Amino acid sequence: MTKVLMKGNEAIGAAAIKAGCNYFFGYPITPQNELPEYMARELPGVGGVFLQAESEVAAINMVYGAAGAGARVMTSSSSPGIALKQEGISYIAGAELPCVIVNIVRGGPGLGGIQPAQSDYYQSTRGGGNGDYRHLVYAPATIQETVDLVMEAFDVAEQYRNPVMVIGDGMIGQMMEPVEFKEPKKRPIAPKTWATDGTKGKRKPNIINSLFIDPQELEDHVLRLEKKYDEIKKNETRYENYNVSDADVVVVAYGTTSRIVKNAIAKCEEEGMKVGLIRPITLWPFPDNAFEEITDKTKGVLTVEMSTGQMIDDVKIAVNGKKPVHFYGRTGGMVPTPDAIVEEIKKIARGEK
Amino acid sequence: MAKVFERTNGLVDIPTHYCPGCTHGIIHRLVGEVLEELDVLGETIGVAPVGCSVFAYNYFNCDMHEAAHGRAPAVATGIKRVHPDKVVFTYQGDGDLASIGAAEIIHAAARGEKITTIFVNNAIYGMTGGQMAPTTLVGQKATTSPFGRDVSHAGMPIKVSEMLATLDGAKFVERVSVHNAKEVRKAKKAIKKAFELQLSGEGFGIVEVLSTCPTNWGVTPVEALSWLEENMIPYYPLGNIFSPKEAK
Repeated sequence: MTKVLMKGNEAIGAAAIKAGCNYFFGYPITPQNELPEYMARELPGVGGVFLQAESEVAAINMVYGAAGAGARVMTSSSSPGIALKQEGISYIAGAELPCVIVNIVRGGPGLGGIQPAQSDYYQSTRGGGNGDYRHLVYAPATIQETVDLVMEAFDVAEQYRNPVMVIGDGMIGQMMEPVEFKEPKKRPIAPKTWATDGTKGKRKPNIINSLFIDPQELEDHVLRLEKKYDEIKKNETRYENYNVSDADVVVVAYGTTSRIVKNAIAKCEEEGMKVGLIRPITLWPFPDNAFEEITDKTKGVLTVEMSTGQMIDDVKIAVNGKKPVHFYGRTGGMVPTPDAIVEEIKKIARGEK
Repeated sequence: MAKVFERTNGLVDIPTHYCPGCTHGIIHRLVGEVLEELDVLGETIGVAPVGCSVFAYNYFNCDMHEAAHGRAPAVATGIKRVHPDKVVFTYQGDGDLASIGAAEIIHAAARGEKITTIFVNNAIYGMTGGQMAPTTLVGQKATTSPFGRDVSHAGMPIKVSEMLATLDGAKFVERVSVHNAKEVRKAKKAIKKAFELQLSGEGFGIVEVLSTCPTNWGVTPVEALSWLEENMIPYYPLGNIFSPKEAK
């Protein structure tokens, strides 16, 4: 298959349509606008519907209705907009409906800025919505990986009847790279017998709901969800490990930052240092297993993020006190340089940190 | 002997949770009867709100989708865009629709979303215990307006039907009441018209139904019916506010 040069935001839209997404409900916010604009142009041509909602809150609830009605549906936004969608995401998770949510992260808090950031790690993995719920979070590092994961996200969402989030940042959304659209692996997806598409007088009414007034019923529901989340953890955790078992220092980074870290590691290797990389591809479930490869040789672990340190909490849990965990980050839309990361790696290697 | 009255197949045969004297039961029944008479129960998807009628999803004999507070019109929009050939309705109270969900109902109407909204206005928050609603009358006491609604402090009650009728996407807007048998019959007629309008694909339709809340108004069920007639109707006049015929 031939590769095409595409802008990240548009490639996400193309991947979604190729994956059979026919419905998109969204609200404009920078830096993800090319995605809804692409859907507005392209969806009518394939018999789909793009609708610009009156707010992010309405958009996610349109997604909730469409998902309940049995559709393949997507929404996208950026940080403050995702904050508004969190309530709806909680309802969708509670009602066990599939959908795909794209967050092209910008700096915060509040209105923040529009430059690339990773300060929505907590928001994405802990959820701003209420209650005990989880959803898968993919954090691709290239536009090709973004396209692959967006296509797979729809199947994963339907397999587990759960929302799936794909997070990038302004860099993923705005830059252009060559991409190829590949069929994702086949997954066991049950027919949507639960959908609200009319009884036609042939079955009992279907009810899409997340309300359980009886505490015992709610506990049973939440524990059943928990079992599903355990399945997701077991089957869907993804990461990339590079030279971890042979490293003096192991760096942990995801998304755009991991690409900068790879440059930093290459520079260190030119100087004869051994530096490993753990790149979580799923932020939830967090790839705890990836840390088992760390050996006694490693002096320390360096977490690099475009935030003041959010993923570092999960890194510390995964390392579990076996090695010191250090942090280097830039935030507010500032991007770390390879040289600055090299300097931090060297400090750890020299025992200065 | 001819049967003159029977249970509608539009409702599931289970007891409702509503307080004695509350008119939600009558309004449910009217919607159920209309859906049965139009023979669309198998093609209908209803959206239940948050508030007193939160359990509406258990009562209607058709597919139902629960929505978060105020978001029923957005949820219904998602459903209708996926199934444009199906009948989609929202059933919402005044706290749900006129307060937290004001944006959703205005924009669903503005888009001319081909759904039907049954808007139950009892001038108070029922489920949460009798707090002031956007529809609470001037001088009316509620737990959060203990001295009576004061215009200088809380503003005037919202006339939702009149407001929505200004939007070109709204094709049927009528206010009805269920405080006596004659008005119940008129209410059913309006509800039927609103659903017929959806079936003919014209656009958005809403029926505002004035309803009672004896529990939170602190009166008996019979007194509540009179209170509605004497206090609500003067501020919320009954009748068709906007229909396709008038638009011509």
